[in-house]
Amino acid sequence: MSDRTPPPERPDPESSERRILTPGSPNPRREFLRSAALFTATAGALGGGLELLTRRPGGPGAAEAQGAAFTRPARPLGPYDTSEAVTPYAQATSYNNFYEFGLDKSDPARMAASLKTRPWTVRIDGEVRKPMTVDIDTLQGWFPLEDRVYRMRCVEGWSMVMPWLGFPLAALIRRMEPTSKAKYVQFTALLDPKQFPGQRQPVLKWPYVEGLRLDEALHPLAFMAVGLDGRVLPGQNGAPLRLAVPWKYGFKSIKSVVRITLTEKQPQTTWALAAPQEYGFYANVNPAVPHPRWSQATERRIGELGRRKTLAFNGYAEQVAGLYKGMDLRRFF
Amino acid sequence: MGGLLPAAVLLLDAATGQLGANPIQRATLQTGLLTLALLVLSLACTPLRLLTGWTWPARIRKTLGLLAFGYAALHFLIYLFDHSFDLTLMTEDVLKRPFITAGFTALLLLVPLALTSTPRAVKRLGFQRWTRLHQLAYVAVSLGALHYYWGVKKDHTQPLIYAAVIAALFAVRLLRRPGPRRASVRAR
Repeated sequence: MSDRTPPPERPDPESSERRILTPGSPNPRREFLRSAALFTATAGALGGGLELLTRRPGGPGAAEAQGAAFTRPARPLGPYDTSEAVTPYAQATSYNNFYEFGLDKSDPARMAASLKTRPWTVRIDGEVRKPMTVDIDTLQGWFPLEDRVYRMRCVEGWSMVMPWLGFPLAALIRRMEPTSKAKYVQFTALLDPKQFPGQRQPVLKWPYVEGLRLDEALHPLAFMAVGLDGRVLPGQNGAPLRLAVPWKYGFKSIKSVVRITLTEKQPQTTWALAAPQEYGFYANVNPAVPHPRWSQATERRIGELGRRKTLAFNGYAEQVAGLYKGMDLRRFF
Repeated sequence: MGGLLPAAVLLLDAATGQLGANPIQRATLQTGLLTLALLVLSLACTPLRLLTGWTWPARIRKTLGLLAFGYAALHFLIYLFDHSFDLTLMTEDVLKRPFITAGFTALLLLVPLALTSTPRAVKRLGFQRWTRLHQLAYVAVSLGALHYYWGVKKDHTQPLIYAAVIAALFAVRLLRRPGPRRASVRAR
């Protein structure tokens, strides 16, 4: 800065600073500038590097309301609806676990465009009188579509309130005409690494498979969703057809279903296969049975900062507890 | 200084709602990752000097260590906030869940290291004892990596990368262990 400062490349041996220093030691100002530059570079590199290494992409934003709206009558809350505040659409469609699209919560919304939901067929087979392959539009035309506002509790300890649109699973199963051997329902999701880039990694055994006991599947709360908030279901939420069983952890509610099979034996389900000590076939929401690595006693409702207490069967105990009478739910978690 | 940049960005993101639908979870994850990364960097200083002869890594080692401790403390505070500062819940977590036990132990191990980071502490303890005390950093970083590994739901790629880097750094030290003479020259 001052005009007495020698230019760095040509140090003046007559400068006052130079004279008081022992021979060979550097000019303090130059040294200061040098270390300031080094400091800035190191700090910048370190800060930038750490950001790159640890920051995760986030933010809603990507979640614009998309898809055609269904026409449906306005209605009061039904007997299966929760009156709790519905999770904002932007958050419900940008914070998703859908490993077929990637492991980060923001991956599904980002990648969902690669999923083609029309044409789409669903195979109905197993212990049914008339096995068939049916087009999704035909299938959803069989039933009057209903709104259902359900709580959704993820096994990771967060929850949302989802305004599903669809039809009761029981209606579909009755139409499938189960044989007397049918004891379970197995659901299979689409297997196609081209549309589901996450399936290129063997994080889970693909395709995703889930299942319910037949009496669980026939329960009026068990629901097949084709829409969200009156609109066509977005890809990241499991278009074009997904299960919603609100009293079980979210991973039971399989997305993008292509096959429904009635079986005699309990299906081998994806997460129970991946980590049998952590995820069971039943996976009923149960604050009293902790996940081996974390507590299930509380949850964060998305959009809230604090935590709230998790309710038995996710608050649906009155309706569904009877299904599990006499069962040790610590064993059948 | 640069190490504080992520904290600033995190605060900015939080203020502008850029942390996504579950900001607490994201902040917890990032401060945890920052702790682990900075601990690994601080432990990389000596191997780097042994391999290259550079001296600048050793000069920023203390800052890296203190930054790591700062982020660890922040990570812990966010965890406490998330459990509404309920110490009973925390104690239960620490005792019952190995993944929390590992993380909490690592944090406790870092406390004496941060407290004795001043030149005066080195003098008071004597260099040999100070060095031995600060070898706890190896234990802490290993526990940190384990904490990360156990905390992840399914994909263990990232925790395993950290573990591999830590193992490699240990290997360099073991293979190129400096003599006790040279070690004492490093004292500041």
